[in-house]
Amino acid sequence: MNLHLRIWRQPGPDAEGAMTTYEMTGVSPDMSFLEMLDTLNEELAERGEEPVAFDHDCREGICGACGMVINGQPHGPERTTACQLHMRHFADGDTIDVEPWRAAAFPVVRDLVVDRSAFDRIIGSGGYVTAPTGSAPEAHATPVPKAAADTAFENAECIGCGACVAACPNGSAMLFTSAKVVHLNSLPQGAPERETRVLDMVGQMDAEGFGGCTNTGECATACPKGIPLPSIAAMNREYLRAARRTGR
Amino acid sequence: MPRPLSTVGSMALVTRTRTRSDGRGSRAAGGSADGPGSGGPGDGAASGAAARRTPVRGAARQPSLVTLVWRSTVGKKAVMAVTGLIMLAYLVGHLLGNLKVFFGPDDMNGYAHWLRTIGEPVLHHGWFIWLARVVLLAAVVLHGVSAYQLSRRGGAARPVAYAHPRRPRNHRGDYATRTMRWGGVILALFLVWHLLDLTTGTVNPRGEEGHPYENIVATFGTWYGNTVYIVAMLALGLHVRHGFWSAAQTLGVNSARLDRGLKLTANGLALVLTAGFVSIPLAVMTGVVS
Repeated sequence: MNLHLRIWRQPGPDAEGAMTTYEMTGVSPDMSFLEMLDTLNEELAERGEEPVAFDHDCREGICGACGMVINGQPHGPERTTACQLHMRHFADGDTIDVEPWRAAAFPVVRDLVVDRSAFDRIIGSGGYVTAPTGSAPEAHATPVPKAAADTAFENAECIGCGACVAACPNGSAMLFTSAKVVHLNSLPQGAPERETRVLDMVGQMDAEGFGGCTNTGECATACPKGIPLPSIAAMNREYLRAARRTGR
Repeated sequence: MPRPLSTVGSMALVTRTRTRSDGRGSRAAGGSADGPGSGGPGDGAASGAAARRTPVRGAARQPSLVTLVWRSTVGKKAVMAVTGLIMLAYLVGHLLGNLKVFFGPDDMNGYAHWLRTIGEPVLHHGWFIWLARVVLLAAVVLHGVSAYQLSRRGGAARPVAYAHPRRPRNHRGDYATRTMRWGGVILALFLVWHLLDLTTGTVNPRGEEGHPYENIVATFGTWYGNTVYIVAMLALGLHVRHGFWSAAQTLGVNSARLDRGLKLTANGLALVLTAGFVSIPLAVMTGVVS
């Protein structure tokens, strides 16, 4: 396959960036998108140019490190992560635009790499349980209703990649935050901090400069893990409940 | 991503226990993560401008309900949802009243007069209608201010547009969703004209007080009256189509089980309101009402 790539190149956080065109020849349809970029980077290194910087780690779709907007869609045209997107989903001669996540709370570090530590601070504000859990407990020690376990698991699938923020026209982190809140608030282990968790995590989310939710649903369609849009409704329910209970 | 419980975690546990009585617990986001250097339990006093990005909520700063609602994006959306539902409920009643135009001037004008007698003798003549106007005005203002502030915030949170021409992947009601803001502006402008036209009669071609039937017929006898009204009612339908479901989502009513039913209800409400209101200018234009 031959491809025309237009990739966002930006040398540093405060530097000017621009879409730069690269011609790729001999791309295998079996390559993943990141392997295709690896190949490009080898060519760039051979030519003595700076390789394209991008985040990646596990390359099996479970860590959430990789993430780039491919043809206007976070992680590209398939519901998966960029590392699990394969070049067979593109046609010979395609022009492919590759951009970093765009959000004020995710400043560009370099090329396609953005700083997602805002997500870490949201987790730090309440995305944990304070009960000393130790090693894996005996399965029936704390009974969890099947429905609660299912809800918690569905939301625990979130890998924190940030595709929801990248897809949202308001740069909102509601789907990410709601996945974390709903995951822990559904379980008995998360019950002691049920109110403080949602109030603090939403407070931190707002303090980081993410936008509000307009329920466009772009986040849930972009999410590689299929976190459902009703999770946001569930977090709103938790927030309003906590505000009623703890607000003066 | 959840951080495993460590010494940092148990430190947070101690801090939390200390301030447990306020029901909120104290925590400094990130602060607890790189906490050892920040002085631990004393951080409540030390927190100041440095902690602006990571607000600490201790006993002294327990926020009020109003703060929790108005200062957060989630709470402000709840304000929009509640005020939107108030206006929607009013519109359903307004439509039912307006349809009296099909029963002739006596029905319509009698109904308009009756509205002023609601609550008598407890309320003075016309007081009910003024109470309703105060509630509606508050709803419009809160809805508009919230929408403006959240729109500004959303714009600031997404300062750089994507270079690739972007087609929304989510096809559910995307036109209605994307037109909420400007549709809302159109509706606000329409509201000004509508009040000047049929409430005060200022810009009505006839403008006779106490004769709404004749004033309605006069308005819809003009091309611009029909155009403005029908365009606004189409905007209303789109606004309600997304707005009703969105309000359910914002107020936490929505769930995977209810999602489809709420969307259908939203579509039904939008269709009924738009078709009902548009039927009036159409009836005047076709001579059914004259």
